[in-house]
Amino acid sequence: MKAPRNQAGHHHLERTQAERVERDQAERDQAVPARAFRGRTVRAGGGLSVRVDIRAFTVVALLLVAALTASVVLIGTGDFPIPATDVLKTLLGNGDAGQEFIVNELRLPRVLVGLLVGASLGLGGALFQAISRNPLGSPDVLGLGQGSTAGALVMIVLFSGSATQVALGALIGGLATGFAIYVLAWKQGVHGYRLVLVGIGVAAILTAVNGYLITKADLVDAARAVVWMTGSLNGRDWAQVWPLLILCAVLVPLVLGNARGLRMLEMGDDVAYALGVRVERTRLLLLVAAVLLTAAATAAAGPVGFVALTAPQLARRLTRSPGPNLVPAMCMGATLLVVADWASQRAFGADQLPVGVVTGVLGGVYLLWLLATERKAGRI
Amino acid sequence: MLVDSPPEPSAETAPAPPTRRAIRAAGLFVSVAVLVLVALASIAIGAKELSLEQVWHGLFEDSGTYGDVVVSERLSRTVLGLLVGAALGLSGAVLQALTRNPLADPGLLGINAGASAAVVTAITFFGVTSLSGYVWFAFAGAAVVGALVYFLGGSRGSTPVRLALAGTAISAALYGYLQAVMIMDEAALGKMRFWTVGSLSSATDSTIGQVLPFLAIGTVLALVLARPLNAMAMGDDTARALGAHLGRTRALSMAAATLLCGAATAACGPIMFVGLMIPHLVRSFTGPDMRWILPYATVLSPVLLLGADVIGRLVARPAELQVGIVTAILGGPVFIFLVRRRRTAQL
Amino acid sequence: MRADGKMSGKSSGTTSGKSSGTTRTGADGGPHMNDQGSTVNRLSAESVTLAYDQRVIAEQLSVEIPDNSFTVIVGPNACGKSTLLRALSRMLKPNQGRVLLDGQVIQSMPAKKVARTLGLLPQSSIAPDGITVGDLVGRGRYPHQGLLRQWSTEDERVVRESMTSTGVAELADRYVDELSGGQRQRVWIAMALAQQTPLLLLDEPTTYLDIQHQIDVLDLCAELHEEQGRTLVAVLHDLNHAARYATHLIALRDGSVIAEGRPSDIVTAELVEEVFGLRCQVIDDPETGTPLVVPAGRKARTTAAPAAGVTKG
Repeated sequence: MKAPRNQAGHHHLERTQAERVERDQAERDQAVPARAFRGRTVRAGGGLSVRVDIRAFTVVALLLVAALTASVVLIGTGDFPIPATDVLKTLLGNGDAGQEFIVNELRLPRVLVGLLVGASLGLGGALFQAISRNPLGSPDVLGLGQGSTAGALVMIVLFSGSATQVALGALIGGLATGFAIYVLAWKQGVHGYRLVLVGIGVAAILTAVNGYLITKADLVDAARAVVWMTGSLNGRDWAQVWPLLILCAVLVPLVLGNARGLRMLEMGDDVAYALGVRVERTRLLLLVAAVLLTAAATAAAGPVGFVALTAPQLARRLTRSPGPNLVPAMCMGATLLVVADWASQRAFGADQLPVGVVTGVLGGVYLLWLLATERKAGRI
Repeated sequence: MLVDSPPEPSAETAPAPPTRRAIRAAGLFVSVAVLVLVALASIAIGAKELSLEQVWHGLFEDSGTYGDVVVSERLSRTVLGLLVGAALGLSGAVLQALTRNPLADPGLLGINAGASAAVVTAITFFGVTSLSGYVWFAFAGAAVVGALVYFLGGSRGSTPVRLALAGTAISAALYGYLQAVMIMDEAALGKMRFWTVGSLSSATDSTIGQVLPFLAIGTVLALVLARPLNAMAMGDDTARALGAHLGRTRALSMAAATLLCGAATAACGPIMFVGLMIPHLVRSFTGPDMRWILPYATVLSPVLLLGADVIGRLVARPAELQVGIVTAILGGPVFIFLVRRRRTAQL
Repeated sequence: MRADGKMSGKSSGTTSGKSSGTTRTGADGGPHMNDQGSTVNRLSAESVTLAYDQRVIAEQLSVEIPDNSFTVIVGPNACGKSTLLRALSRMLKPNQGRVLLDGQVIQSMPAKKVARTLGLLPQSSIAPDGITVGDLVGRGRYPHQGLLRQWSTEDERVVRESMTSTGVAELADRYVDELSGGQRQRVWIAMALAQQTPLLLLDEPTTYLDIQHQIDVLDLCAELHEEQGRTLVAVLHDLNHAARYATHLIALRDGSVIAEGRPSDIVTAELVEEVFGLRCQVIDDPETGTPLVVPAGRKARTTAAPAAGVTKG
């Protein structure tokens, strides 16, 4: 069916169409460059196809290798050093009794907590940054860390609680804060900037509350509180490993299953709607997952500074791929935390300096370097 | 003091309708009156209540009675509150205009972190113990970080996001350092935990004397910048077309903000939220004209700060709640309310 | 102005009968048959009330989008034309009334199913940092994909075709942030095309483009409509563009339809004055014969204004 046009119009139309057909043909001949689509596609029978981004895949593999290597080295580090080969032997069940106790009961759980906390923070941070569409939209900035801290400080300062009670307090504080931020930012949907702004407001209130609690504490409790607030892996055991592991086992597949919807959300709510993403539902689901991951990680190790902020940014630079880069961010978080733990033990002796100090300094310096180089490149 | 503010309408900007100007001018007078009341309350209220008569006596006929001593102590605290409040409000207004970002505040730009890191260094490594000793360190730290953020944030092509990122990055590194020192040195923790929440309680005349010159220079600079900042508000290109010197205005604004906020932080520790909130509130009443925003911010910020200080003294008698805590707990909800009220908040 | 005999002459405001359902070459089958076996239009709004927060934009508004048409919605600023488009594309839920797609209330349909039937090019879209043109266009295949069907040969073919027909094939490996405004708009259109929907809604696709790229984009739309038989709905600012390219024109003012129908039937000086409050002449477009709106000169408008009682607002 054609629009009504007069004779001149038809001529005009035919002319332009002829030109366009020629142009189209020329374009078709010039094949679409191979680089146009990232990655390789693996296709199987029955219409199954999975896309793999080779660079991202390599980055993830290398990060995993780095994380595992660092873990083995970390297990061998301490007052009683164990060579890497013995560590591996012990992990595989062939070590002597003394080493077995040190490795399996003391150091392995600590390293596992480090890996899981790092992965959770990396993934949670990537989710928050993607949902708020803001590289600053990390749980530290949005007040979740402060919420967990408030919960923990109440336990430490007001009740002189045990480690388990402190962890529980942190968990409840984090979840309550996440809920409060979502409710306060909700106004016919959660707009990215509003989420960040409300989060900043909540963070400021909670920071003040935390400051108050610390001034109320006696010096011993205050010192304990500051160590907790920095984030530390000291003395973590299997009791922290299992809950985190179970949570990750449930949430990580759930999050990755919704990752494609999140990629569409990157292009704005309207585009995502038009492509058939149920925007609010996807966003709520992923936010809940991110809050749970962050709160659980914080409960286990304290609000380890800036992993959630920097891991996704680092991962993104390494894969050079658009999108939230969830899996690379997760692996980067785990690697970062284990390496930082190793660095703090090497540099200051065992258990002197909590890991959060090192991640804070590393993260800050990295971001500065990033800004300096991007300033040269003229991009933000 | 209000160098660049109307009433006289200037030649190049269209005068506001007389009624609106009258309302704004009247509002400013009312604000000043409220400020005077709050200042009097700040002198009268505390662990020991004083009657207005006693306050009057202490202020003007000092004869060494107990009441007079209390008054003179509270007087320096009140004066410091006035100065610091005005400085925080002004620096917030200038920074928000400079970055065109309603979120810009000294905390976000790393100035607090710089001052805190410098103070902890002073305590731990230089053995400084007196408050008057901290001041210089805090001030230097704030100034260095302010300059660093400005240059890393892209001195010429700075965008709000770049500045915020640079501020966050520097804060991250400095807070890591701060925490490391506090964990390793318990004495530092003992002092820092009170300093970092921000308080007016340690005010003395000598503190005031130390920060006053910086505050004065910063205030004059900020008020003179009202007109160029107005031009900047419309975007770099428009500002240039209007004949504003972008580079000069940026550098001077950053200098003014650092002077004001650095001196304020040095005197009473990082006080959050006054600099963020008051310019927000003021703007919703005056509109975007910096020539009104700046004087209003100068008057209303100390109202909030002194009011919070009085509340802090009232709720926890005979002890007191530090003013930094009260401002954040009062200011946070107001800020969230403002964010929610806007149709779409832009960054 | 000649009314071409073989064209289906639709008069304003009626639910037009279908001339033929067989010219369709687009993806999703023929026109929807209702229970009575007669054909109705696939997309319509039935007495909808549209509002943001408490601000009502339109009340009791009913609109039919004729199948296989290139429908253009025009009207002055803030008349509710983008709002109507948002409602038609289920971005905005009507406070009252309903939007029907293939006889079903659009909000009640599965999101991906709607996305395979109806595409939208919104005004605000964000190109993710560092994404290539090929990848961005590829994201348009989302509603056709699943967790285990991420990139079929069909996906790849459609994406290549979409890029070719919008003339961005040679840009496929460039980064989207490097492109000019016109190229970028064509990339977004390519993405919407890759969605392979028989219905495509475009919200001001020519905004921010220079005249050459405006015409490029509109030519492309006309081509999609004529060659691929897709139903297009666009909001346009330029009345002359609308009159030239539309097969069906809907003129809105203050949230109600003032006139609808073929441009050559409805675009008159009186209508333009009623809808836009602008005195003008309407002449034949020397190129296409469609109506061409020529605003009256400043003198004519200012002197004649009081006497003519120009409608304001």
